[in-house]
Amino acid sequence: MTDSLIRSTAAQLGEALAAREVSSVEVTQAHLDRIAAVDGDVHAFLHVDATALATAADVDRRRAAGEPLGPLAGVPIAIKDVLCTVGMPSTSGSKILEGWVPPYDATVVAKLKAAHLVPLGKTNMDEFAMGSSTEYSAYGPTHNPWSLDRIPGGSGGGSAAAVAAFEAPIALGSDTGGSIRQPGAVTGTVGVKPTYGGVSRYGAIALASSLDQIGPVSRTVLDSALVHDVIGGHDPRDSTSLRDEWPSFADAARRGMAGGALQGVRIGVVREIAGGDGFQEGVRTRFTEALELLAAAGAEIVEVSAPSFEHAISAYYLILPAEASSNLAKFDSVRFGLRVVPEGRSTVEDVMAATREAGFGPEVKRRIVLGTYALSAGYYDAYYGSAQKVRTLVQRDFAAAFEKVDVLVSPSAPTTAFPIGEKVDDPLSMYLNDLTTIPANLAGVPGITVPMGLAPEDGLPTGLQFMAPARQDARLYEYGAALEQLLEQRWGHTLISRAPDLTPTEQHAATEGAV
Amino acid sequence: MSEITREQVEHLAGLARIALTPDEIERLTGELVQIVDSVAKVSAVATDDVPATSHPIPLENVTRPDVPGETLTAEQALSGAPDHDGSRFRVTAILGEEQ
Repeated sequence: MTDSLIRSTAAQLGEALAAREVSSVEVTQAHLDRIAAVDGDVHAFLHVDATALATAADVDRRRAAGEPLGPLAGVPIAIKDVLCTVGMPSTSGSKILEGWVPPYDATVVAKLKAAHLVPLGKTNMDEFAMGSSTEYSAYGPTHNPWSLDRIPGGSGGGSAAAVAAFEAPIALGSDTGGSIRQPGAVTGTVGVKPTYGGVSRYGAIALASSLDQIGPVSRTVLDSALVHDVIGGHDPRDSTSLRDEWPSFADAARRGMAGGALQGVRIGVVREIAGGDGFQEGVRTRFTEALELLAAAGAEIVEVSAPSFEHAISAYYLILPAEASSNLAKFDSVRFGLRVVPEGRSTVEDVMAATREAGFGPEVKRRIVLGTYALSAGYYDAYYGSAQKVRTLVQRDFAAAFEKVDVLVSPSAPTTAFPIGEKVDDPLSMYLNDLTTIPANLAGVPGITVPMGLAPEDGLPTGLQFMAPARQDARLYEYGAALEQLLEQRWGHTLISRAPDLTPTEQHAATEGAV
Repeated sequence: MSEITREQVEHLAGLARIALTPDEIERLTGELVQIVDSVAKVSAVATDDVPATSHPIPLENVTRPDVPGETLTAEQALSGAPDHDGSRFRVTAILGEEQ
């Protein structure tokens, strides 16, 4: 019973709850038990919500009273620690915010609560979302449920690992340069970066405001769509929020699963991010197979070129630090978070500098100083100004490509999960992990990662990325769900069902040779 | 192009209000030289005829009616402060000399 509850999708749980086959308290308890059993090894959570069962009981009461409830009412969800939550600490993975409980909810969190989802807790992340492995969290790394000595991707490794380890059916993430999609790829899960402005950023602790976007994390495309339907839409509290009326993304995913959705769809393979140096052979193999499958289902596969994507990482690592150095100026030891007072008489500026020295980790300091440099007089035009021009070129490449095709595809990450510790002292090699995901952030277009199989050489998950024109997020769900179904039909199972069992008893039994 | 010196990093850390240790400054200088060398190629492709983009989907004149909205109470605003007197944030001296 418990095992079937944690292995159910959010869509299935929502239906079972609506049919009163199971209560939200039972579903929530099953996930809390799972967290208690495996999170010591996985470390996906920084905080587990002590009120989760009470929230679940409240949803059960409402349902019993006949109150009309949404499709995910009573379904548990994990929340990335970058989001402000009343009643739960929100640290963004940083010591400078240790124990800080915000006085308001992020809009997306308020929307989850209004739709009666049950927050389970806060998930681990690279400090202020700066990283691709969750190793830069001030609270220790998260471990990949497929292989505990490997990274779960980043910055949202906690949310991806939580759904991959069946600790939560769904989660929220944030994606500034791939922090939802790359962890999804290396944990065999699904994640979506919506169109910039499609989901409110109010109450998300900002990293780089022109790149950040909040989005869903799940084990299936339909589940991400259901979450997106809850969190999306205009928010007057976010001045970059789009006023669009969005279609139902769950309907789009269901269209994709109905069959025939890929007939005549023009799919562009982006030459610059589809292979070459730095791409693992098993990733290329699975990508080629997935393209063949899409073609067999009636899609027209064409190669397109986006020459400026070659410079996207460089532009990103100027724009992001520049914006981050400004956004993180608010951690000044005055209004929230840590305060460190140095010895002797000190001014508020001395306190600020001592606090930021003690409260920020190495990657955050690196990026703040880099951003301060890129914005300095004399360097501004050469670095930040040039990076903004590259951004224009990347947008033009997308525009030209979308004149020829309906969606673009690439591998979601160039490699499978690498061992913890392998790249942590090599910033440049760490930055290359986001090669395939960064262009979408620079242009504001939406992207999804869908599991595309295990790499033959190491048995670890790989992901395929779809990117659509801005505002066309529905295409990601339709074609993503179609591909997911084709792959699962070929395999005869879901990819995540191949992940190792993490429960301590069975692991012990396995080493004893009892199973 | 990127001749980043130790003194420069020290100055930048001062601007960013981070009291880096001498070891951190040393290490960061080397790392920044590497990173900046690798990203500096953006200036080669960014020719004069290309306009800069600061925002992916720019919106203009985003306003709301000029009426008081929901705001935090003083108590809420002070709830996460390291130090306060009940109605104001408390900090150490703003100016050094007068102390």
